[in-house]
Amino acid sequence: MPEQYKLILKHIDQPGYTPDIECYLRHGGYEALRQALATPPRDLPDGKQLSPQEVVREDVKASGLRGRGGAGFSAGLKWSFVDRRSGKPIYLICNADESEPGTFKDRQIIHKDPHQLIEGMVISCWANDVKLAYIYIRGEMPQGARLLNQALAEARAKGFLGKNILGSGRDVEIYVHRGAGAYICGEETGLIESLEGKRAYPRIKPPYFPAILGLYMCPTIVNNVETLCHVKHIVTMGAGEYAKLGTPNNTGTRIVSLSGDVKRPGYYEIQVGRVTLGELIYHENFGQGLKAGRSLKAIIPGGSSSKVLKAGEVFKLNRKAADGQMTKVDVPLLDLPYDFDSLQGAGTMSGSSAIIVMDDSRSMVDCLANLSEFYAHESCGQCTPCREGALWLAKGLHRLSHGEGRKADADYLQHIAQNIQGRTICAFGEAASWPVLSFVKKFREEFEARGAADEAARSKGAGPARDLKIAASPNQH
Amino acid sequence: MSNPATTTPAPAPAVPPPVEKIRIKVDGREIDVPKMMPNWQGKLEPTTMLQACHMAGQEVPHYCYHPKLPVAGNCRMCLVEFGTPMIGPDRKPVLNEDGSPKIARSVLPYEPQTPRGAIACATPISPGMELYPNSPATKQMREAVLESLLINHPLDCPICDQAGECKLQEYSVQHGQSASRFVEEKVHKPKAVDLGPRIVLDDERCVLCTRCIRFTKDIAGDDALGIINRGSYNTISAFPGRAFDNNYTLNTVDLCPVGALTSKDFRFKMRVWFLKETKSLCTSCGTGCNITIGSREGVIHRYEPRENNAVNGPWMCDAGRLNYKWVGRKDRLTEVQSRGQRTTWATAIKEISERLASATPGSTAIIASARQTTEELYLLKRLATRLGAVTDSVPRAGNADRLLVCDDRNPNSQGARLTGITFTELGIQLAWIADGIRNGSIRHLVVFGEDVTQQGIGADLLGKLETLIASDILPNATTARAAFVLPGCAAAEKRGTFINVKGRVQRFEKAAEAPGDARPEWEVLHELVEKVTGSTGFTTIEGLFNQMAKDVPALAGLEWGKLGDTGVTVAI
Repeated sequence: MPEQYKLILKHIDQPGYTPDIECYLRHGGYEALRQALATPPRDLPDGKQLSPQEVVREDVKASGLRGRGGAGFSAGLKWSFVDRRSGKPIYLICNADESEPGTFKDRQIIHKDPHQLIEGMVISCWANDVKLAYIYIRGEMPQGARLLNQALAEARAKGFLGKNILGSGRDVEIYVHRGAGAYICGEETGLIESLEGKRAYPRIKPPYFPAILGLYMCPTIVNNVETLCHVKHIVTMGAGEYAKLGTPNNTGTRIVSLSGDVKRPGYYEIQVGRVTLGELIYHENFGQGLKAGRSLKAIIPGGSSSKVLKAGEVFKLNRKAADGQMTKVDVPLLDLPYDFDSLQGAGTMSGSSAIIVMDDSRSMVDCLANLSEFYAHESCGQCTPCREGALWLAKGLHRLSHGEGRKADADYLQHIAQNIQGRTICAFGEAASWPVLSFVKKFREEFEARGAADEAARSKGAGPARDLKIAASPNQH
Repeated sequence: MSNPATTTPAPAPAVPPPVEKIRIKVDGREIDVPKMMPNWQGKLEPTTMLQACHMAGQEVPHYCYHPKLPVAGNCRMCLVEFGTPMIGPDRKPVLNEDGSPKIARSVLPYEPQTPRGAIACATPISPGMELYPNSPATKQMREAVLESLLINHPLDCPICDQAGECKLQEYSVQHGQSASRFVEEKVHKPKAVDLGPRIVLDDERCVLCTRCIRFTKDIAGDDALGIINRGSYNTISAFPGRAFDNNYTLNTVDLCPVGALTSKDFRFKMRVWFLKETKSLCTSCGTGCNITIGSREGVIHRYEPRENNAVNGPWMCDAGRLNYKWVGRKDRLTEVQSRGQRTTWATAIKEISERLASATPGSTAIIASARQTTEELYLLKRLATRLGAVTDSVPRAGNADRLLVCDDRNPNSQGARLTGITFTELGIQLAWIADGIRNGSIRHLVVFGEDVTQQGIGADLLGKLETLIASDILPNATTARAAFVLPGCAAAEKRGTFINVKGRVQRFEKAAEAPGDARPEWEVLHELVEKVTGSTGFTTIEGLFNQMAKDVPALAGLEWGKLGDTGVTVAI
């Protein structure tokens, strides 16, 4: 039976569980930190020896932990890219800018169990020789920032943070930095610019890879809130045990934000890949199905920028057969295991693990117009294709959803979106274009019908066909 | 008698150390390019795709990239499709059947059928890389970027000052499409924004390349410009409540690839295609910034910096750039005058030469401005030697800045020193000359380009002279009292050389005709020297320069033809 597996959310929402340090300590808090600090060096078969910090870094790699922010990149590998020989300080940044529409998992941790994050961060700092770390928290979470600052003060008072943590001789300091409410600050190099006090323009890569030229041009690790929490559990459980959670290459647990047209939206922690999309939507332990009388139309599986999946789609996924050979297997949409690789195999992504369910009451044109308006509003405007293209898409969709459409708009939108993806400084280009490309591709008849109806309405009545009246631009400042 | 200028190139410098090269292919053609090349600050960095394409003769279009500014990578115009040698699981190159390395074309990781470009301005090359600056995919990416840049552009070329030198126009012709698919309403932004005393901004024309921001922050050191608003509504703006008024603001007009930033001075004055371009020098200080004078039918319309990395790079200061208005002043000296009466050059030169030739040796003094050309100073020195005359020049001091402006505000102090008009310090003989006039030992004074009444030789002293000969461009208290007034030329109206404070000998060309009787001083002086000393000179500036180079030790070995457009540095 598919059910939640509460690793990160273990105590969250338990009656009487409070975000203060006393409660955290009563539940075994900061034991993982003590354990990490006491890690013995490890002898390798080749005679070399790993330092305690290297042991933890190796364990994080061996655990298979993949970033929980959106890209799903191996956290251990990311740590291994850090330039440790530059002589410059290494910084760690916790990306708490959770802004992807549909995503509301990190805020649960921040609001209800901030010490879990701090413990994960202190261990990560220690393991990476980081003395100074920042939590970049979304501007719209003032309460979260207050709670984090309070928790940091408590941790400092107890010696888990600050000078000489737990007598280890190591110093670790963490500061909270509040954003000012821009989606682009969730992009790690945009975040770094913002943290430096500049306009959050993502940096070009090359040369500005954070692991080499990050915050203040020093080597920098940027990890998501949930990712850093997992580090604590990897230390506690050991890499091997942790890797048994989830499925191969998709290890551990993940908090899924389920929203949209389901009976019971919410956040659910699952073992990665052990629960299917269908179960997340329909099972009584999760979404409990659609509203009465409604049928499924589409699913946005990994935050608003992931490509939409259409009800009834069947995907060809790589599966390892019993004899070890890779074969292609037909997997219907609702049977897709909710993990990184399956969703990628289905042509989309698990992204920030935010599932938005749309039933048959939804107009895909209107939904996409809404999404595109968001991306037009949030494009930082640094590079040309996204700056001009995102608003162009939004204007076209605004027109199409306000009775000024054309049958050709489906092609028009697709053309614009194709000229954004892959040509921008950061992944925002994909975020803005993927919804358009996938909505139009999979629901083309709906877009064309809407445009055709508008054209028919315009040509009706006396006289020549009415000219296209340009609808007001969305979000004009 | 004239010594034709030679045009042989300067001897090759000493053989530099071998440069490590990388073999790549550009559009199928193999080329070896240096592994490292200078970045915007001149530091060696891995060679970029853009630099490599340039060396292969393929210019990659770009807006935000500028060789002298930090790389921004934001315009995306320089996206170029590329390929890299495939590496097998055994870490060895994968080979084609013919043994050549198999190339993996860059594709979108999530959509392997779609080519992916990299920004040529910031992407380093690697061995075996193949660049496709003319492939269909590259062209499509350029077209798409141009389309994006144009959808919200006002397309107001007919009233735009940039027309004719606009990258948006040029690239639209080369890489654009003739029609637009855009049917939405354009974004509207502020027009004719008064950014500061010299700059007007049209935000609708702006392509947000941020060249102006980067120049102002990283070169001029003034964090005055930035972007406000977000996304397609991004707007260049000066810091709120502050005028954009540093001494280098007009460089942003040059840098602006489109018509967004315009110079108040040049705005709506002249279509750029009517301008004649003349290579010249700025005369406002001892730096000697190289400039291009834009003139039409004898009227100067603008100065622009001309790139010379040994002097000014591609920049110049606003003060120097706007220091041309006086050239066209209505009260210019336009008549040769002898005792208040208009006369001819022939008569005046004859009279002056007779007067000077018959003067008691040592009774003449010559004060020559360090704004005169080296050739003129050299001729004056020859005159002085013949007459046993004491000579000096006038110092002009100001404050230096950290970029270009020099504390020596004369363009040719070094010329005055090297030709022997002055000693190391300009002006130390002026008091001695004043004393000489006062005590009667100096009876004749020749002044070129200065108002000596400002230099301790007042009207009373000038009144005691037997002969006062003054050459200048504009009237002043000295020319008002001169027996002989010789109308001279601005640098823009003649040819010659200046030697900057660091010893750079640089030549400049003539952009406009001088008004009335005014003649280049070197022509007049050449006749005068010939008549007074009896020696023949050179009737061309080339011959004169080459003769001077033989006579002036510091200039030994130089020839006019070898100076090139950017000059030669001599030891000072």
